[in-house]
Amino acid sequence: MLAIKNLTASVDGKEILRGVALQVKAGEVHAIMGPNGSGKSTLAHILSGRDGYTVTGGEVRYLGEDLLQLEVEERAQQGVFLAMQYPVELPGVNNMSFLRESINAIRRARGEAEIDTLSFMKQVKEKARQVKLDEKLLKRSVNAGFSGGEKKRNEILQMAMLEPKLAILDETDSGLDIDALRTVADGVNRLRTAERGMIVVTHYQRLLDYIQPDKVHVLANGRIVRSGGKDLALELEARGYGWLLEEAAA
Amino acid sequence: MGQTNSEMEALIAGEYAQGFITQIDSDTFPPGLDEAVVRAISERKGEPEWMLQKRLEAYRHWLTMDQPDWAAINHPPIDFQQISYYSSPKQSPKLESLDQVDPEILATYEKLGISIEEQKALAGVAVDAVFDSVSVATTFRESLAEAGVIFCAISEALRDYPELVRQYMASVVPHKDNFFAALNSAVFSDGTFVYIPKGVKCPMELSTYFRINEAKTGQFERTLIIAEAGSEVSYLEGCTAPMRDENQLHAAVVELVAMEDAKIKYSTVQNWYPGDHEGKGGIYNFVTKRGDCRGDRSRISWTQVETGSAVTWKYPSCILRGRDSVGEFYSVAVTKGFQQADTGTKMIHIGENSRSTIVSKGISAMQGSNAYRGLVRVAGKAENARNHTRCDSLLIGDRCAAHTFPYIEVKNPTAKVEHEATTSKVSEDQLFYCRQRGLTEEDAVSMIINGFCKEVFQELPMEFAVEAQKLLAVSLEGAVG
Repeated sequence: MLAIKNLTASVDGKEILRGVALQVKAGEVHAIMGPNGSGKSTLAHILSGRDGYTVTGGEVRYLGEDLLQLEVEERAQQGVFLAMQYPVELPGVNNMSFLRESINAIRRARGEAEIDTLSFMKQVKEKARQVKLDEKLLKRSVNAGFSGGEKKRNEILQMAMLEPKLAILDETDSGLDIDALRTVADGVNRLRTAERGMIVVTHYQRLLDYIQPDKVHVLANGRIVRSGGKDLALELEARGYGWLLEEAAA
Repeated sequence: MGQTNSEMEALIAGEYAQGFITQIDSDTFPPGLDEAVVRAISERKGEPEWMLQKRLEAYRHWLTMDQPDWAAINHPPIDFQQISYYSSPKQSPKLESLDQVDPEILATYEKLGISIEEQKALAGVAVDAVFDSVSVATTFRESLAEAGVIFCAISEALRDYPELVRQYMASVVPHKDNFFAALNSAVFSDGTFVYIPKGVKCPMELSTYFRINEAKTGQFERTLIIAEAGSEVSYLEGCTAPMRDENQLHAAVVELVAMEDAKIKYSTVQNWYPGDHEGKGGIYNFVTKRGDCRGDRSRISWTQVETGSAVTWKYPSCILRGRDSVGEFYSVAVTKGFQQADTGTKMIHIGENSRSTIVSKGISAMQGSNAYRGLVRVAGKAENARNHTRCDSLLIGDRCAAHTFPYIEVKNPTAKVEHEATTSKVSEDQLFYCRQRGLTEEDAVSMIINGFCKEVFQELPMEFAVEAQKLLAVSLEGAVG
């Protein structure tokens, strides 16, 4: 569903991605690991269409389309979801209304009818329970005054409600205690289906104790320097990133 | 990905939707102001002698005053001799029904989406439509009369209830209060009079639509609302104006009087013509609005949504004279293009246990400049006075400005005065977040702005709240880059 070929990109003239290649098939979960500053978040942002990055070469096909030509909201409407590392606060915007507006914006773009209130309410309550998000937070402003863990749970709730085709989680595990981590991982696992592709960006192996990836990639200096199975993550846990960087440099 | 600045500006600068001019014959005074003009206005209105004398007194005092220059606004000097001070649609002065109203005037209201017919059908809203300077139609008069409520043009009130007008007019805003109030007191053409008798809860929301139509005619509205002991009233005021080349002066005076246990709620949606792309034209809006909480436990609440005018100078205030009286001010002010607003409130605490709340939301976009100016004064006798002020500014783009000028004067040590202020920007992060969840940029902006203004909007009567939200969305379409 996603094919990234030789993607190069820069920020303020500084090259961050130096030729990334990645294939994600429907039903697969890919973990992208790597040291700080390796370009992991840049990749997640470019896939979702965030401003501030210049793609200098390569291509990204998503469901046969040129993903980079689409506006941010068009990508979202076509099923690309980004769970953010730092979810944004929207003061005064009711969390539940926001969720509903999102669902309906996506449905409208697809020519579908808007969601009816009853089934929306039912779903949102059920899914909030699954991600252990206090129902009171549904009535508050989006992320305003939420704790770090609550924000991340809210991201997973949005993901569950929007049912994306391609879900990208950008360091969703950062700053989470073990309970929250487990809940987030449960949320991700619940969404694993044969139709859905996932990219889990993470710095630590920890999250992968709960999410079993099909593939693990190590991004370093703007390139994927090694790909492998779950074992690769464990090896990284034991040995750190240094040896890979040395190998890549050699 | 984001739109360029010029595209954005084209979007925002979209034609002013209410900018059309109605062709009707008007009886308009030539430009200029002297005693003869003041006399002519009074005569045209068939006013009692005392009213004329008050006008003349105000006029003579006005001549000794200078236009204030302390506000954070800049505009070319106003030539008061270039303005016409009276304009009335030519028609028979007394109207029994809508059939007698110039169909063109009615059509104008239709275009604005505020047709009187429609309003009549809308349950619970009585409309006293002010077209230029003369009230041309009044509805719902009968059911109001049943309740004993007087709701009419001020010129009618001067004729039918002269003693009431004489007793209360200028008792809140004296003729000499300030430069623009003095001018208004001299030349006010028309406006609204409301009287709610003792213990009566006004059976419907009262609403007036103002509209400046005649070229170069300043509009000098005078509104007086009196709520007797234990009564309640909610008054709604909405404004739009057609497109103009030259700046038009609008200097209204609104006076509210609340007796014991009375409640007055005054809501405004102001959308006067803001000027063109270069900042040319547009209304100069210098308004004096003041409420007097005269009785114990009385309550006056001002809610305003200000999106129009080239220049806004407006400080709806409360004098909290009664014990346990309450004053409230909820405001959303939007400036975009070259609009400038210096607006806020004054809460004057005199009575014991008087309380006031101020919530001000300023939004600036493009080159707009927005200033909040608020005074909280606690007099020596005002034991246990309380004030809470919340003053938030939202900036859109990097060429706009927001200023906050809070003045606090406390002469009683038991007072509690709180002031909170924030300034924020509609951030790229917020927009990206919303768009990543499938919303268009415009929907995202509208959602964020409405969220920012929520505390004020929820103070508006229902139908006004919906209108205000729409107005804001239209005003700020594509304003974010």
